[in-house]
Amino acid sequence: MNSFDVDILNLWYGDNHVLHDVSLGIPARRVTALIGPSGCGKSTFLKSLNRMLDLVEGVRIEGSVLFDGQDIYAPGVDVTTLRKNVGMVFQKANAFPMSIYDNIAYGPRIHGVRKRGELDELVERSLRDAALWDEVKDRLTKSALGLSGGQQQRLCIARALAVGPQVLLLDESTSALDPISTEKIEELVSRLKRDYTVVMVTHNMQQALRVSDYAAFFLLGDLVEFAPTERLFNSPGDRRTADYVSGRFG
Amino acid sequence: MESRASRRRRISGAMLHAFAFGSGAVVCLVLALIIGYIFVRGIPGITAELLTTQPSYIHDTIGVLPNILNTLYIVLVAMAVVIPLGVCAAVYLSEYATNRPLVRLISFAVETLTGIPSVVFGLVGMLFFIQMMGFSAGVLSGGLTLAVMVLPTIISNTLESLRAVPDAYREGALALGSGRWHMVRTVVLPNALDGIATGCILAVGRIVGESAALLYTAGFGIVLNGFMTALQSSSATLTVALYIYATERGELTVAFSVATILMVITMLLNLATHTVSSKLGEKEKEHE
Ligand SMILES: Nc1ncnc2c1ncn2[C@@H]1O[C@H](COP(=O)(O)OP(=O)(O)OP(=O)(O)O)[C@@H](O)[C@H]1O
Ligand SMILES: [Mg+2]
Repeated sequence: MNSFDVDILNLWYGDNHVLHDVSLGIPARRVTALIGPSGCGKSTFLKSLNRMLDLVEGVRIEGSVLFDGQDIYAPGVDVTTLRKNVGMVFQKANAFPMSIYDNIAYGPRIHGVRKRGELDELVERSLRDAALWDEVKDRLTKSALGLSGGQQQRLCIARALAVGPQVLLLDESTSALDPISTEKIEELVSRLKRDYTVVMVTHNMQQALRVSDYAAFFLLGDLVEFAPTERLFNSPGDRRTADYVSGRFG
Repeated sequence: MESRASRRRRISGAMLHAFAFGSGAVVCLVLALIIGYIFVRGIPGITAELLTTQPSYIHDTIGVLPNILNTLYIVLVAMAVVIPLGVCAAVYLSEYATNRPLVRLISFAVETLTGIPSVVFGLVGMLFFIQMMGFSAGVLSGGLTLAVMVLPTIISNTLESLRAVPDAYREGALALGSGRWHMVRTVVLPNALDGIATGCILAVGRIVGESAALLYTAGFGIVLNGFMTALQSSSATLTVALYIYATERGELTVAFSVATILMVITMLLNLATHTVSSKLGEKEKEHE
């Protein structure tokens, strides 16, 4: 069962053709890692999965992206619902300058949760899921910007979980963090895959090996290889993949 | 031994230093003299009667209460029009408009309008509001004219404040499924508010200090009126009253007292902008 089925996806920024005929199925309730050298189109591909590219001017997309069997680029698709189901966490933590509580409640409020009790419960559950509850339970009304970088990134994950998504997209979400925060987030991701589909961009090969079940290797806008992580690293089917994962370039 | 070049450098450095210090001192001295002179000549004339009455030919007394109120009225009219208009225009340009070249063109036009001398706005205001629309000279036409005058400033200031809000906040809100207006209302505007408020206070300062654009649009009336009456009857603000008392009536003491009042208002407004922007500074530190 796949969360996403991407078929012959081509993408241009203006005249710059950055994704070429990308086709793959992203399995549900698994962690899929996107790897590849800088500028190869990982972030672009990730953003195509929840239509965050709608915000960028001059983007042209061809091909299809099916989420749960529905083409997300078909006319009449409700982007709000799509983004409720497909959450995203960015490379740099972007906690809003409001209280920790309001940060987490931000998404649920958009989607119509108003009752205080219901919100309280959601906030606690999301923070627990993101392994942050114990650290912040006594300061929920304090500004989220007073948290450390690692805590803010987990807050962003909690905020994304609070709307009840089926998929979580993580774009190098640990690249700015210390090893301990990174470890916490990796543990979190491994735990999340019981309930969520996770797609994560990472430059860290060890991390991809540790947490992902599948890996996709991109190079200059081509999807070179997509396979179970173990296989992609240990017996890559393509010479370029072998060179990359063994650190010969990138 | 000191080389010639380094000696020359040392001397020219010292001269530059002395020159900078000298001009700084001159500027401070001139400012202090002006402010001191106005206060010395103006303060004695500031009496309860001056501040709380209107001029009376029967008692032969002068009061500037009507002018204080007219100034307030004009600020109210102008700000009531310009804040919603200017802020909405800026929000549209920065958050909604998708035609980039058009936005750039409008921004350029707005910047250009900022530099136009205020008399020109007065002339256009007179032609448009009084001759074409048929209003009489008063707080309404004066206030509308000044609203047009400060509109570009409010728009460009608001644009700047909106641009200072990190895109990461916008992305974060949209990624959670927020619609555009919800995003603007919950994460963009609250974070731009201090900057917008500062711009508005500066605009109030310009309105309080404006006279040229009001001569033909608000008029010279120095009679005490309620707000509704003042809208459509000739009403001199403090600056225009200063002009009247200094030239036509030859009442220099009153003129200096009005000048003192204007300076106090200006200082209070400056203080207010400082308070708002230092609050902003504190908040930024908190965010780091
Ligand atoms: N908003 C944009 N407008 C125009 N071109 C863009 C934009 N974003 C990315 N690109 C271009 O698209 C290509 C792919 O970029 P993308 O950000 O997807 O790479 P990436 O694999 O995520 O790189 P990195 O590992 O450095 O994050 C690059 O050549 C980049 O310059
Ligand atoms: Mg990237």
